[in-house]
Amino acid sequence: MRLELRDILIKNIQFGDVSEIKNHTLYVNRQDIESLVMEDEHIKEVLIDIARPGEEVRITPVKDVIEPRVKIDSDTGMFPGVISKVRTVGTGKTNVLKGSAVVTSGRIVGFQEGIIDMTGEGAKYTPFSETNNLVLVCHCHDQIKAQDHEKSVRLAGIKVANFIGELSIGLEPDQVAVYETLPLLQNILKYPDLPKVAYVQMLQSQGLLHDTHVYGVDAKNIIPTILYPTELMDGAIMSGNCVSACDKNTTYHHQNNCVVHDLYKKHGTEINFVGVIITNENVYLADKERSSDWTAKLAEFLGVDGVIISQEGFGNPDTDLIMNCKKIEEKGIDTVIITDEYAGRDGASQPLADADEKANAVVTGGNANELVILKPMKKVMGHMEFIDKIAGGFNGNVAEDGTITIELQAIIGATNEIGFNKLSARDY
Amino acid sequence: MAKFKVVHYINQFYAGIGGEEKADHMPEAIKGAVGPGLAFQAAFGEQAEIVATIVCGDSFYNENMEKARETILGMVKQCSPDLFVAGPAFNAGRYGVACGDIASSVQNSLGVKALSGMYLENPGVDLYKKSIYLIETKNSAVDMRNAIKKMVSLGLKLLKSEEILTPQEEGYLKRGFRKNYFADKRGSHRAIDMLIQKMKKDPFTTEFAMPTFDRVNPNPAIKDMSQTKIAIVTSGGIVPKGNPDHIESSSASKYGKYDISKFRDLTDQDHETAHGGYDPTFANLDSDRVIPVDVLRDMEKEGRIGELFNFFYATTGNGTSVANAKAFAAEIAKDLISNDVQAVILTST
Repeated sequence: MRLELRDILIKNIQFGDVSEIKNHTLYVNRQDIESLVMEDEHIKEVLIDIARPGEEVRITPVKDVIEPRVKIDSDTGMFPGVISKVRTVGTGKTNVLKGSAVVTSGRIVGFQEGIIDMTGEGAKYTPFSETNNLVLVCHCHDQIKAQDHEKSVRLAGIKVANFIGELSIGLEPDQVAVYETLPLLQNILKYPDLPKVAYVQMLQSQGLLHDTHVYGVDAKNIIPTILYPTELMDGAIMSGNCVSACDKNTTYHHQNNCVVHDLYKKHGTEINFVGVIITNENVYLADKERSSDWTAKLAEFLGVDGVIISQEGFGNPDTDLIMNCKKIEEKGIDTVIITDEYAGRDGASQPLADADEKANAVVTGGNANELVILKPMKKVMGHMEFIDKIAGGFNGNVAEDGTITIELQAIIGATNEIGFNKLSARDY
Repeated sequence: MAKFKVVHYINQFYAGIGGEEKADHMPEAIKGAVGPGLAFQAAFGEQAEIVATIVCGDSFYNENMEKARETILGMVKQCSPDLFVAGPAFNAGRYGVACGDIASSVQNSLGVKALSGMYLENPGVDLYKKSIYLIETKNSAVDMRNAIKKMVSLGLKLLKSEEILTPQEEGYLKRGFRKNYFADKRGSHRAIDMLIQKMKKDPFTTEFAMPTFDRVNPNPAIKDMSQTKIAIVTSGGIVPKGNPDHIESSSASKYGKYDISKFRDLTDQDHETAHGGYDPTFANLDSDRVIPVDVLRDMEKEGRIGELFNFFYATTGNGTSVANAKAFAAEIAKDLISNDVQAVILTST
C-alpha cells in the first residue's frame, strides 16, 4: 500500500467572502461553516473563531482537534465509514493542509476536556499552540443526551475539516512525501537482514468520552486487527474520546501518528516496519484478556522481532498496557512501551496503576499531575466556568486575577502517549 | 557580602575523640571547624564559614534519638546558620542514620537548608533521601576529598538558591521524585531508538524503572455475616448531590464521609458521582450501581447481614496518587475500627 502525502502549507487563517486557499492563507466564509454545522438537529448554535500561534487566546473545553485533509485521484474519502463510504483507505494521494487544524469546543459533556493556550506557559505543552486553528464553539439544545452531544460535536469537527480539506483540490503541494508498506511476505523478502518491527496501538474504549472509531466501528467492539500504516493517515481511526486531555489522542494525533512516521524514517535502513496492530482498552477483564492475547498472537503471527506499544489514557488502561507488554515479551518479542505518569503533584508517588518486570523499556510522556500556572488570556473561546472541574482542576484553582493553577492533565496533548512531544520525566 | 554561616555535624570518631569505646559521647558544640570540617572550610573558601561543629557519639544518638535531636537542635538554633552539613557518613550505618535524622530535623524544624553524604547501601539513605539531599559517596573515607567537593558545591547552590540539577549532574542519590523535563527528541523517536538498542542486545536506559508493588493479602472469610457490621468504601466518586466537599474529578486530594442512615435507596435526586474517569450516566441515574445501599438495606432487613454502617466513605480513584490513597485509607481504617465495623465492601469503577 502506497500513499503520497501532499502538504499545502497554511500560514494563516482569515475570514473572507469566499472559502478558499490563496498564498498559504486559508480564507473561511463563516456562513459556509455555519450551515454545515447547523445541519445537525442537536446543535442550536455555533460560534466560529480563529486562534493563531502567539495570540493571547485560550480555547476550552476542547473536545477534538482535526487536521483538514482530502483524498484526490481516488474514489475513497477521508474518515471512511463515518462521512465517506466505507472503503479501505491508505492508497493514492492525499492533500494535507499542514499548519492548520479544526478545534471543537463548547459546553462540557464530561470532565475530561481540556485547554489549548496559544501563548504563554501552557502553549509549551500542547502541539496545537503551533497550528492555525479554526475554532468551533458548538452549543447543543438543552436536555440533549450526553451521547448525542458528544456525537454531534464530533461530527461537526470532522465535517468542517473535510470541507476545508476539499478547498485544496487542484492546488500544487509545497512538499510531497511517499509512504509505502508492501504486503507482509514481500516486505520480509525485501529486507531479509533487518529486524522486523510492528507497532501496537492501543485505542481508548472505556465508554462515553472514552471511545475511538475505526472505519466507523466503535473500538469497544473490535478484536485486535492489522492495518497498513498509511490507513491511519487517511482517517481510518477517529477520536471520540476526551480521556484526560493530556493523554488522549485527538483525531489529529491519529492522522499524524508519530510512531508510524518515525518507524517509516528508519524503515529499510535500521528496521523493517511491517505494519500496525490495533487493539482496545475495554473495562471488562474478559475483554482485556482476549485483546491482549490477540495482540500477542498477531505479533507472533507477523513474525516480528520487536514492537512499540503505545497506550492511551491512564489508570485502568495501565493494566491493558502491562498485559500486552507481558504477553508479547513471553512470545520472545522485544517491546518498548510508551506511557505517561501520575506520580502526584510532588512527583513522589507510584506513577502507574500496574507494573511488571518485563516492562523494562519504557518511554514516558511525563508526570500529568505536575502543576502548571496559566496566566489569564485576553480572549477565551468556549467557557471558563468548568476550569475547576475538568480533570486536573480543583476547587479554588482560579485566582482573583484569573490566573489558573492546574495539573498538566488538563492541557490537550501535554503527556501524549504516542510520543508526540519532547516532554518526559526523570528521577530526582 | 557577608559570609554564609555553616554548622557541621560529625561523630566522635571524626572529631578525634575515639572509636567505638567513645560512641556514647554526649552532644557537644565546638567553635569553628574540626576534623573533616577543615577540608570543608578550605573548599567553602571565602564564601562560607563553619561557625561551629557539633559532635555526638553514634551510639548516643541512635539510642537516645529524641534527646539527642532536641539537644542538638538547640545548639544549631543558637548559631542561626544558613546551612547545616552532616557527615559524610560513607557506609557507617549508625552515623548515617544520625546524619540523616539530624539534618532532616534541622531542615524541617528550623527551616535551615541541610545536606549530608553517604554510600548507597547506608541504612540512612532510604530513611532520609526524600527529606534532604544526600551526596553519593563510596563506602569508605578514602572518598573523603571527592565527597567534600560535591557536598560543598551542592551546599553553595542551596545557599544561593540556585537550581539543583539532576542526581547525575550534582552527584546526589536519587530522592524518588519524578520531575518533568523536555528531552531532545520526541517520545516516539526515543522509543524507536530504545527498541533498536534492545533488539541488538545493546545496553539501553528505560525512562521509568518499574516499581515493586505492595500486594495486600485478603483476610480470611467471615463465617457469619448475620452478625457483622458492614461499611462501604468507594473510589467510584459517589457523593451527595452537589459534591459538598468538592472532591476533585481526578487526582483527589481528599475523601468524604457521608451519612446514609436515612437512605434505603439512592436516587438521582440525592446522590451522584464526582468521578471524571468513566461514563457517569448510569452512576448519576442510580448511585446504588456503585455503592449497593439498596441491596444492603434489603439484606439487613432479611437478617443476612448484621447491619450497614451509617456512613460511607468516598473518593475518586481517577489519577489519584498512591500516596494520597494510602493516607486516606489509613484514616478511614482508623475510623472504621473505632466504630466497630467488622467488614468493608470496597467498590471501584
